[in-house]
Amino acid sequence: MKFTLSWLKDHLDTEASVTEITDTLTMIGLELEGIEDRGAALAGFVVARVTEAKPHPNADKLRLCTVDTGSETFQVVCGAPNARTGMKGVFAREGMYIPGLDATLKAAKIRGVESHGMLLSEREMGLSDEHEGIVDLPSDAPVGAEAAEAMGLDDPVIDIAVTPNRGDCLGVRGIARDLAAAGLGSLKPLPIDPVPATFESPVRVHLDFDDAHRDACPYFVGRMLRGLKNGPSPQWVQDRLTAVGLRPISALVDVTNLMTLEYGRPMHVFDVAKVSGDIRPRLARDGETLLALDGREYTLDSGMTVIADEARAEAIAGIMGGEESGCTDATTEVFIETAYFDPVRTAATGRKLNLPSDARYRFERGVDPDFMVDATEIATRLILDWCGGEASEIMELGEKPLVSKALSHRPTRVATLGGVDVPAEKQKLILEALGLRINDGGEAWEVITPSWRHDIVGEACLVEEILRLNGYDAIPTVALPRESDLPAPALSDTQARRARARRLLAARGLREAVTYSFMPSPLAELFGGGSDRLRLVNPISADLDAMRPSILPNLIAAARRNADRGLRDVALFEVGPQFRDDTPDGQDVVTTALRGGRTGHRNWAAPPRSVDAFDAKADALAVLEVAGAPVDNLQISLDAPTWYHPGRSGALRLGPNVLAWFGEIHPRVLKAMDAKGPMVGCEVFLDRVPAPKRRKAGTARPKLDLAPLHPVGRDFAFVLDAGVKASDLIRAVKAADKALISDVRVFDLFEGGGLGEGRKSLAVNVVLQPVEKTLTDAEIEAVAARVVAGVEKATGGTLRG
Amino acid sequence: MTDLDELKADLLARVGAAENLRALDDVRVAALGKKGAISDLMKGLGGMDPDARKAAGATFNRLKTEIAEAVEARRDTLEDADLNARLAAERIDVTLPTREEARGSLHPVSQTIDEVVAIFGEMGFTVAEGPDIESDWYNFTALNIPPEHPARQEQDTFYLPGEADGQPILLRAHTSPVQIRTMLARKPPIRIICPGRTYRCDYDATHSPMFHQVEGLVIDETTHMGHLKGCLIDFCRAYFGIDDLPVRFRPSYFPFTEPSAEVDIGCTRKSGEFRIGHGDDWLEILGSGMVNPAVLENCGIDSTRYQGFAFGVGLERIAMLKYGIPDLRTFYESDLRWLRHYGFAALDVPSMVGGLTR
Repeated sequence: MKFTLSWLKDHLDTEASVTEITDTLTMIGLELEGIEDRGAALAGFVVARVTEAKPHPNADKLRLCTVDTGSETFQVVCGAPNARTGMKGVFAREGMYIPGLDATLKAAKIRGVESHGMLLSEREMGLSDEHEGIVDLPSDAPVGAEAAEAMGLDDPVIDIAVTPNRGDCLGVRGIARDLAAAGLGSLKPLPIDPVPATFESPVRVHLDFDDAHRDACPYFVGRMLRGLKNGPSPQWVQDRLTAVGLRPISALVDVTNLMTLEYGRPMHVFDVAKVSGDIRPRLARDGETLLALDGREYTLDSGMTVIADEARAEAIAGIMGGEESGCTDATTEVFIETAYFDPVRTAATGRKLNLPSDARYRFERGVDPDFMVDATEIATRLILDWCGGEASEIMELGEKPLVSKALSHRPTRVATLGGVDVPAEKQKLILEALGLRINDGGEAWEVITPSWRHDIVGEACLVEEILRLNGYDAIPTVALPRESDLPAPALSDTQARRARARRLLAARGLREAVTYSFMPSPLAELFGGGSDRLRLVNPISADLDAMRPSILPNLIAAARRNADRGLRDVALFEVGPQFRDDTPDGQDVVTTALRGGRTGHRNWAAPPRSVDAFDAKADALAVLEVAGAPVDNLQISLDAPTWYHPGRSGALRLGPNVLAWFGEIHPRVLKAMDAKGPMVGCEVFLDRVPAPKRRKAGTARPKLDLAPLHPVGRDFAFVLDAGVKASDLIRAVKAADKALISDVRVFDLFEGGGLGEGRKSLAVNVVLQPVEKTLTDAEIEAVAARVVAGVEKATGGTLRG
Repeated sequence: MTDLDELKADLLARVGAAENLRALDDVRVAALGKKGAISDLMKGLGGMDPDARKAAGATFNRLKTEIAEAVEARRDTLEDADLNARLAAERIDVTLPTREEARGSLHPVSQTIDEVVAIFGEMGFTVAEGPDIESDWYNFTALNIPPEHPARQEQDTFYLPGEADGQPILLRAHTSPVQIRTMLARKPPIRIICPGRTYRCDYDATHSPMFHQVEGLVIDETTHMGHLKGCLIDFCRAYFGIDDLPVRFRPSYFPFTEPSAEVDIGCTRKSGEFRIGHGDDWLEILGSGMVNPAVLENCGIDSTRYQGFAFGVGLERIAMLKYGIPDLRTFYESDLRWLRHYGFAALDVPSMVGGLTR
């Protein structure tokens, strides 16, 4: 919302400086967006009269001027062709900063003649590029006055942000009222000078609504004017409109813009000559069209309100007038419409038509229903002043909507909710300055809100008004009291797990990424997603339209982008949501890791290798372990989903509960994503890890029994069918003696060669931990025999000869 | 000079002349071995009379000890020399780089969340969460934003095609729905923060369709606006690590709070340099206010008894300000160079005890 200082002062009687005003605006919630004060940069430049301009003795093109500022005279050497005796110009003294030159004036000798000060061009003043000559002011410009004032540049333009609740501050007068309530002056009375009717309006108004839709336009004020002569509005009006970014058009159009900006009161003026018969506000008909003032044709529907005549819709109510009945220079008779339109309908209509306007902006925030006859009178007076003519009677139809409310206010509430003691008298002053009426009932007041404040609906609103205008700075700062001496942990077990998983993966050399929750539909389909219910209705772009069913594709895409930049070795992870369906429970937080390329750079001591499924498995197991999963007891099944390589992937599970998938990414998926392999990844469902069982003993760990005896190691190599799972072999070995065997380590895998097709050899180191006494050879042999027998029974494997 | 003196001199000379451990051992065997010179002498003792044997025995033993000591000393010398030779031969170029160890990092958003949690955790807040896919009721209606409210037009919300209980389904436009879910599920007193993803249909240099917020909510019977100020001033100063950071509260409007306040922190913008702290300018950092009674009632909380405040902070925004990250969009690009440059080490766990920021 833009306005000028002089405009504000038409409504606010104040001695405050511009800075005081703008600072106050911000601190009462009307945040200053910007101030354009061309006058400030010109302070000190004065209107001066050139009492004599004669040729410079030593230069043809220079003139020697005597300049009178009213109090002093100066000798100035001037090169401007228009410098002449008797003219009035803008004078800058020595020591002043010249914006257009970015320099400070010094006394100088020009071609042997002293020059004190300077007569300025518009370019030197920083106003324009005009540098043909010095500024040539009108002859009535007062000598010695500030140049900015004489040139009409001393009226700063203030721009504020008005929050959506403050429709009343979308007019200069509302802003003035708020500033007055903040103690910055007093609100001047409304300049109402009613115009008596001299004829009866031949144009009548009929509110054509059934009872169910009467609220679309519950109240309507109209008046006809005739004998007008349209033309440009007065210069001061044009200056104001121009200053706030509007283009002056004609007196009859400018008056409505002025009313909108000054009072937040949109109005419309119809050219009676173009209206057929009476004015009929009504609902639009489905498919009805209207050519609006913006030159575009709009197709309306029955949810919208129009101002119609006997023939057609002439305006979209509360939003924009129609081209057909608009005023032109030829207009001599007008009908002024001052109406109240339903904020909700106006907003919905504007949104549907995608048609923003100053009028809609105000109607959808709520205008003042009590300021309609007065507004009509003010507008009438302005039009008659500018265009001549006479006015009909004012027609009032319908019923004024009731905005004013009676609320209860306890003055003590300002302290208990607002945290600051504001004396009751001060509270009263603030509320009254805002236009509220108070019936002091002691502990609880009855407060009547004004018709322009749609936003004040309860006691908390009243507290806010008082706090706001008393100043938030006045609220004493109080530390938030602690609920207990020491805070409880901020994170739940689930949240703490995720935090640990993040730091674990970072410690394992992966870099955390944060990627969008959406992705292209075709990609989502590759990863088991892409259902219609998870496809955005209004995506930001077609390739961000599906809620992600997995984080992996985003990481693969990121890996590809990095590879495109020459960084092929990638280790990324993300801990974030993915989506099964559109219900609140259809979201899983998944820890996803992706590795691509090689394990590192070429290194003289440790050559890198390609990443493989075991890197992904290690990541998954590490995450599960840090989450408290019993990693030694997990089963591995070979049923990872389709985006994994079918022969190089698996699921880590506790019975039916799948805790993670890991493996090489399917080459077909990589190809579809235009990514180069190999890439491996894992998806860990942290939230499925069973919660740790809190023992009765609390956090104490089981007693540590340190065996005093050396462990003994024995190596076995088994020949197996290639299809036998290593995990089955390990389980069989362990089962041979659960007490003695403390560890089984696979240290060799050999396939083919002399073993024959479809056979492999797995070598394991079995660690026996004696508990009570050193094992005898015979005892060790007995365990070994059980191992061999157990493996043969479970896997069909035999000891390698 | 007796024979014995000669023998001693000879043996000592040979010990001293031994060039290496093997030669020394030969000398040792020749002198002290079973068939060595001194052993031979010892063998002669048996034929002596007791007095002479006693005297000679003592003399021979002294000699034996002397030679043995000389051998040990020489051995030490030779071993030192050997070791020095071996060490010289074992020299490696320690300026060679080490074996590569992959270095990982945390994303600035995660680190910032951890920092914010550390601060509010100290003030007794716990972390609450809610779904990213919400219904219209939780995202708007319950927060006192009715269907045609102008505030809805200012948020470009992403919608999904489905409905839940007759309500449109959408991606939450702020973390505020978590307030609602928490108040519906728990009785006051409530003191929570809710970090999480939020979505708005907007993309340019300063807007991303997905970003993160942290919501805060305090509900009890006595918390007022002075507490709101105290809590948020403490937060801003702790987060930016500036003890006397100027913090300003300015009236504003949010449908879900009444009264509402924007919070600004002090900064300087002189000659192109931007710095947070004492200065001539202000920077908007978060929105806050006392929870609107209508919101409490929507959640079944008696607004005549309970009250409190809520706030919302843009996480990327405060991360950008604190760590000098210039462009919002780069947060989600997963550029390894960016992740390395702006990321955080695994062990940099923020805490009020151990420090928020290294």
